[in-house]
Amino acid sequence: MTSSAMPRPKADDEAPLLVAEKLTRFYGARLGCREVDLTLHPGEVLAIVGESGSGKSTLLSLLSTELAASSGRVLYRQRDGVTRDLATLSEAERRLLLRTDWGFVRQHAEQGLRMAVSAGGNVGERLMAVGGRHYGAIRQQAIDWLGRVEIEADRVDDDPRSFSGGMRQRLQIARNLVTRPRLVFMDEPTGGLDVSVQARLLDLIRSLVAQFGLAVVIVTHDLAVARLLSHRIMVMKSGRVIEEGLTDQVLDDPREPYTQLLVSSVLVP
Amino acid sequence: MTHPATAMPAISYNFAYLDEQTKRMIRRAILKAIAIPGYQVPFAGREMPMPYGWGTGGVQVTAALLGADDVLKVIDQGSDDTTNAVALRTFFETTAGVKTTSHTAEANVIQTRHRIPETPLKPGQVLVYQVPIPEPLRFLEPRETETRKLHALSDYGLIHVKLYEDIARHGHIATTYAYPATVNGHYVMDPSPIPKFDNPKMDHSPALQVFGAGREKRIYAVPPYTSVVPLDFADHPFTVQRFSQPCALCGAEGVYLDEVILDDQGGRMFVCSDTDYCAGRQAEGHTGTLSAPDAPTRADEGPKEGCS
Repeated sequence: MTSSAMPRPKADDEAPLLVAEKLTRFYGARLGCREVDLTLHPGEVLAIVGESGSGKSTLLSLLSTELAASSGRVLYRQRDGVTRDLATLSEAERRLLLRTDWGFVRQHAEQGLRMAVSAGGNVGERLMAVGGRHYGAIRQQAIDWLGRVEIEADRVDDDPRSFSGGMRQRLQIARNLVTRPRLVFMDEPTGGLDVSVQARLLDLIRSLVAQFGLAVVIVTHDLAVARLLSHRIMVMKSGRVIEEGLTDQVLDDPREPYTQLLVSSVLVP
Repeated sequence: MTHPATAMPAISYNFAYLDEQTKRMIRRAILKAIAIPGYQVPFAGREMPMPYGWGTGGVQVTAALLGADDVLKVIDQGSDDTTNAVALRTFFETTAGVKTTSHTAEANVIQTRHRIPETPLKPGQVLVYQVPIPEPLRFLEPRETETRKLHALSDYGLIHVKLYEDIARHGHIATTYAYPATVNGHYVMDPSPIPKFDNPKMDHSPALQVFGAGREKRIYAVPPYTSVVPLDFADHPFTVQRFSQPCALCGAEGVYLDEVILDDQGGRMFVCSDTDYCAGRQAEGHTGTLSAPDAPTRADEGPKEGCS
């Protein structure tokens, strides 16, 4: 269903969007992640799974330029078709990229939202940061996006502190997608939510990903989320990628003993 | 040597209180501030013989600028005769021995708290502002390291979020003082807590404007004839306050008025906040609704007797 709803990649979209080469990060003497290679094409959803401390969040921070790599590099193909090494971007270019072409949905909505600013202000912030100076237009777009993530228009002036956990996550998604990014990073977007809310949020993410042809790197420890959302999966352990492949293939027929353990650890109600 | 009348040792200050090295340091900061309009230059602010919040930044700037033949005017909320203005004027009379005045047109250096004089400033004049919080992004972004980056990158979306919130909550931009403005097309500055009514006077002013923040130890400046543009939205443009009536004492219109409560029966009047401007108009014969023909005007108000 999801795959049939996906727009077919255009001819000039054959080149990868994001490439990581031998990405390594040490925290002092301790290893964050080591020699990770990764390729992401437009419209593709990649899940990174593994237990706590396996280096998946480090990898996400390296990809999104929040952390500098100890060695290795990340290449990104910009909207103008030029592929750049992200370490060579100036601070201004990096910030522009982060707020236009990219999105970042965090596990804790408080980190990804301005809790003291209204929902409309939260969604409008990116628009104003890239030069939006028409209040009416900004507000209209904010209301439009709240609708797409199933938040009623009359909540536009409420601040996120009055929102439930699921609503906050949906608001975060609206805030990130308002500039039509091509690549979204998600760090445990469904963590801490109860299962019915999780299911609705996953549904929403799935439809938005399909509708806008988003490329997504999603970090999760929840294999069910990975199976539902992603095309490909990478399994990490102790800072290394130990297995990768098509999601269904890896989860149905895990090769590595650790992956087998991970898959067999899932509780089935 | 002792003072004959009090038998106390005579105190001699260096000219304008601060030592010469300190004044040179402050002048270097002022020169840098003028060279980069709107940029907050850190300086080694000194302890002054008054508490923070009483204009320690402005006083240091004034002390560094004053020369022996300068004429100083000090205003506080537009008035020449309120505590802060009187105290600082006396301070410089004592420590620098400079001539002081209450007439805007006669002064070279005008230190101000929260107003710009109504009388248009001239080339050669310097307006020194007392600034409590120099960082316009302070309450939006608490990290100084980050606000400096935002200034460097001209990354001011955050201030517009604040203005957006104003309109969303109040239906209009509810910021009425310390209204942020872009200086010379790059840095956004906090014009100190002047009413937004005064913002247009900063734009292309022929006078030099220097801002001193003592607690935060920052100096910034707007050189003469520099653009100062208030931030706004295309569909909610910047506007200044309007008053429905003229000044009750001098009949002036298009000036900033203070509300003065007259009694406990709800009686009130609106008068010019700029006392020098009001007195000047009254001396020229202008009258308002509440100026009685034989009542003493502000111009000839003398010291009151029997009020101790």
